[in-house]
Amino acid sequence: MDFNLPEELVRMKETIREFVENEVEPHAMQIEEEDRVPDEILEKSKELGLFGLSIPEEYGGMGLSMLGKCAIFEELGKTINGYTTIIGAHNGIGSVGIVQFGTEEQKQRYLPKMATGEWIGAFALTEPQAGSNAAAIKTTAVKKGDRYILNGQKIYITNAPYAHVFTVMAVTDPSKGPKGITSFIVERDFKGFHVGSIEKKMGLHGSHTAQLYFEDMEVPEENVLGQEGEGYVNALKILANGRAGLAARCLGSCQYLLDRSVRYALERVQFGKPIFEQQIIQHYLAEMALEVETLRWMTYRVAWMTDQGMNVIKEAAMLKLYGSEVYNRVADKAVQIHGGIGYIADYPIERFYRDARITRIYEGTSEIQKNIIAAQLKKEYTR
Amino acid sequence: MNILVCLKQTFDTEERIVVENGKVKEDGVKFVINPYDEYAVEEAIRLKEQFGGEVTVVSVGPSRAEEALRTALAMGADEAILADDPALFGDEYTVAKVLAAIARQKNYDIIIAGNQAVDDGSGQVAVRLAEELGIPHISTLTKLVVEGNQVTGHRDAEGDEEIVTATLPVLVTAQQGLNDPRYPSLIGIRKASKKPLAHVTLADLGLSEEDIRPRTEIVDTFLPKPKEAGRILQGELQDQVKELVQALIQVEKVVG
Ligand SMILES: Cc1cc2nc3c(=O)[nH]c(=O)nc-3n(C[C@H](O)[C@H](O)[C@H](O)COP(=O)(O)OP(=O)(O)OC[C@H]3O[C@@H](n4cnc5c(N)ncnc54)[C@H](O)[C@@H]3O)c2cc1C
Repeated sequence: MDFNLPEELVRMKETIREFVENEVEPHAMQIEEEDRVPDEILEKSKELGLFGLSIPEEYGGMGLSMLGKCAIFEELGKTINGYTTIIGAHNGIGSVGIVQFGTEEQKQRYLPKMATGEWIGAFALTEPQAGSNAAAIKTTAVKKGDRYILNGQKIYITNAPYAHVFTVMAVTDPSKGPKGITSFIVERDFKGFHVGSIEKKMGLHGSHTAQLYFEDMEVPEENVLGQEGEGYVNALKILANGRAGLAARCLGSCQYLLDRSVRYALERVQFGKPIFEQQIIQHYLAEMALEVETLRWMTYRVAWMTDQGMNVIKEAAMLKLYGSEVYNRVADKAVQIHGGIGYIADYPIERFYRDARITRIYEGTSEIQKNIIAAQLKKEYTR
Repeated sequence: MNILVCLKQTFDTEERIVVENGKVKEDGVKFVINPYDEYAVEEAIRLKEQFGGEVTVVSVGPSRAEEALRTALAMGADEAILADDPALFGDEYTVAKVLAAIARQKNYDIIIAGNQAVDDGSGQVAVRLAEELGIPHISTLTKLVVEGNQVTGHRDAEGDEEIVTATLPVLVTAQQGLNDPRYPSLIGIRKASKKPLAHVTLADLGLSEEDIRPRTEIVDTFLPKPKEAGRILQGELQDQVKELVQALIQVEKVVG
């Protein structure tokens, strides 16, 4: 059993760590307040290759393994989560569909520009009446000659305000339920495509989420992604693929909070000694450290399993559930250890506390992850 | 344009220095490219991007320095040379001789180095190298312009700016402010592991031990005295001045 990352990944991780520390983190407060990541930071991130993590080298990307993506996402998790989410959503749900299910022509057309970050990717499944129950989407796609006409509405679509390429799920055959859903590659400048205004959110500032409206939007038939009728399965596969990466981002944020909390506890003096000397604070820190460590090995193991081509439906759901729940617990303890300053917005802890909350909701809620795990258990035990 | 960059791997400037048995301890220390040399690497890559050609990075130092060279390759240098034969180690005189032998192996138009290394801070090696090679040198540059055969260097002359011209081939050293070094890109890191990195020995360079024998000797290594609390002079102004002058001459030996 080898627990070491390959040399190349160690170097990449190190570089991204330095980049995040020196180029992103110093602007975190500004990003939070302005709800906007400065173009310069995004440009530099693109130059580093951070937008091509999932895209094979032959299309100009890095073609990283899941292990590699997780190593980098862990580092990206150590700064403001809004920035992390722009990159995470692009590399994960935003581009994985085309990489996995795209035709050669589709890959040639989209991947090179997505790898450089010139075209940002987004994923559009959720609708007002179809969240956890994604199979209930109502957006329709009706074939007309060599094109499909899409009508409907998507909600909470991350990266929508600046994305160019959208993986969109729509119903091609209402009589077939989930098997009547098809995925499409939609470009921002398709006629009939509209992006709504940016949602105001509890956290994830800098990352933007908006509604999409399709009004008789024409999509050429060569933009069907995968087979007609396989859109729902594709969506589930894309989401499952993103789970390890999301957990790795949680891991990075947890590590950041643990570091800050230990240091603060050692420095903050009350009753004549550092609060670290209080056993209850030590126990908080020990619990945080234990959960971070457990999350780390779970993340890298699921990543490794994915790279081996193993079936990780259950493990990826467990990991997404565990990673997001641990992040919330660690963030809560970090606020507690910091006391008042943990609640003050001039200090980063409260921001992580707010940013942590979404991880239990998007890309499949915690409850839905439990449903997936249980369904897999049932399968295993009733075979 | 062929460019040679001289590079040293040094302690990360944030590391604590620990001296044990007359030596600086290296265990568990993070090493980086000497920050001034990082400017040199960046400037070389920019010149290559502007004029074409090749960038070679060279280091005289232990095998751990390979990591610093790989970083330079990841930033965009084309090949690396590591003189890690312990027979090539010595003082500034030695290193300049070794670098000169390496520099003579190819026709370099520009040699760029850092103004100094942040560890021993002697600031000698690069200038000695130019003297060895018999080429002009301009040190502590904050701006470098190359036009045809003409080189114009803006140098940091202790707060003032001095503008010096020279013709190729030339050696220049980099000062903080020359540029903003890039981060190696992810693809750069991947490519770096496939770029050539040659290890050279005393024999490879046709040097003898006598040629490069150090001219200095390290007698002792110790940390500076920890800073003591300051003293506030009191009493009549005249007496204070007297006391201060006394202290400067006798206690601190700053003037005298
Ligand atoms: C900031 C943000 C970014 C997002 N980005 C994207 C994006 O890029 N693309 C995209 O398509 N979507 C995106 N979403 C949508 C997100 O995935 C959904 O919000 C999420 O799946 C939950 O759906 P819902 O909001 O409709 O909640 P609901 O499904 O209505 O759930 C409400 C509650 O009921 C629970 N519940 C529902 N069904 C069950 C069940 N069967 N068993 C147990 N409990 C259940 C849920 O777990 C939850 O606690 C984003 C959302 C947000 C807030």
